[in-house]
Amino acid sequence: MSYRHNIQLTEDKKLKHFLSIEGLRRQHLVEIMDTAEGFASVAEQSVKKVPLLRGKTIVNLFFENSTRTRSTFELAANRLSADVLNLDISTSATSKGESLLDTLANMEAMQVDMFVVRHSTSGAAHFIAQHVPKHVSVINAGDGAHAHPTQAMLDMFTIRRHFGEFAPLNVAIIGDILHSRVARSQIHALTTLGVNEVRVIGPKTLMPCGIEQMGVHVHHDLKQGLKDVDVVIALRLQRERMTGAFIPSEKEFYNAYGLTDETMTYAKPTAIVMHPGPINRGVEIASSVADGPQSVILKQVTNGVAVRMAVMSMCMGNVAARGGM
Amino acid sequence: MTQKYDVEAMLQQMTIELKNLCSEVCEHEPAMIGIHTGGVWVAERLHDSLGLNQPLGKLNISFYRDDFTRIGVHPQVNPSSLPFSVEDRCIILVDDVLYTGRTIRAALNEIYDYGRPARVILVTLVDRGGRELPIQADVVGARMALSEVEQVKLSGPTPLQLAVVTKPNSN
Repeated sequence: MSYRHNIQLTEDKKLKHFLSIEGLRRQHLVEIMDTAEGFASVAEQSVKKVPLLRGKTIVNLFFENSTRTRSTFELAANRLSADVLNLDISTSATSKGESLLDTLANMEAMQVDMFVVRHSTSGAAHFIAQHVPKHVSVINAGDGAHAHPTQAMLDMFTIRRHFGEFAPLNVAIIGDILHSRVARSQIHALTTLGVNEVRVIGPKTLMPCGIEQMGVHVHHDLKQGLKDVDVVIALRLQRERMTGAFIPSEKEFYNAYGLTDETMTYAKPTAIVMHPGPINRGVEIASSVADGPQSVILKQVTNGVAVRMAVMSMCMGNVAARGGM
Repeated sequence: MTQKYDVEAMLQQMTIELKNLCSEVCEHEPAMIGIHTGGVWVAERLHDSLGLNQPLGKLNISFYRDDFTRIGVHPQVNPSSLPFSVEDRCIILVDDVLYTGRTIRAALNEIYDYGRPARVILVTLVDRGGRELPIQADVVGARMALSEVEQVKLSGPTPLQLAVVTKPNSN
């Protein structure tokens, strides 16, 4: 895949669309986190709103359900003073036979400035970015098993706020790596930001082959994998995407890979626990860990709003400032 | 061409004027807010010399600027922090240079997103003219009539130094 020009960037290498972490440089990721740091303080105002995107229209185009991601995108847009339209396509026009491009053309006729897209097919957001007019930005809110870049960035932001730096950290991602777009984006972000080591831990059946080429160490044993780890990321077991016999049973998965008070002792005592949500208590994580002192799971949700505000305002600002070029 | 100014003398004079003004118009002890970055430097000095009890508030107006559609969003290295309630309080707003008035417009909007102050007093080290909005300072260290090619440069925080320089011909 060699593009003469990265579709995500303007000609002077500024963020225009946010489709995947892949193809972005460390400076882009740092700029997103720096901008998010400023927006985090907006939540402390009594009026939780800044006028940056006043008069802009953002459409949340969700072809796949997601309560948390959609509502944090909506809240982020509202706090930037944009007008937001939520379109739940799974219950709408496409089920009446309308093609994706026709749906888009209709949206564009409504003078939209940004699309936030979630789709079950990998590459959907990229496809839409190729077909929108040049003044419109596209943000990927999750496409198939490919990428979920804003989730990865809110995780990076949460890690940076806790530890202050990336270089000395060992990070372990546990569970269903195979179906996880979150894991892919996290791995790209962690390696781009230069952590000491990224590990993926899980059964062979939930491990995509060739994942080592992304620069990670593969472990099938939880105890071994968690040794000296600073950041423990549990993933949701995506039962809805499992059409074959990937694991014998949830109980067995929990016994081998579940995060419990006991298995957490394998990691560093100062380690933090993250989860992109929604969590399955007793499947990939015990309640005592999810609600325990090492958990930053709810901080991730809070940080998600600031990070999405940062990405939205950066993309729109760069497009507006350069006349879409 | 570079000209230097006696900032210490300006700060002393401003402290006296500000004290008089506050005792005249503020019902309770005022709180002070500086605008990043130069305004915070000036505010730190005035906050000290006035001996205010409330900690100094700091404002970063990047998210309230009116040139977003021209230059995009700026990452904030120093986010705003107002460690007190502005509601019904007398606020002394401090900036280094008053020029077009657009920064002050943005700062007022941001302050209003934290609450409704009883009064806002505007203090700037320099008023260089060239207003594009109907905004004026209550207390000013020095008034200058500068042309567009001239620029006021403040360096700090210690020592706080002021200079007027002529922009090179580029741009």
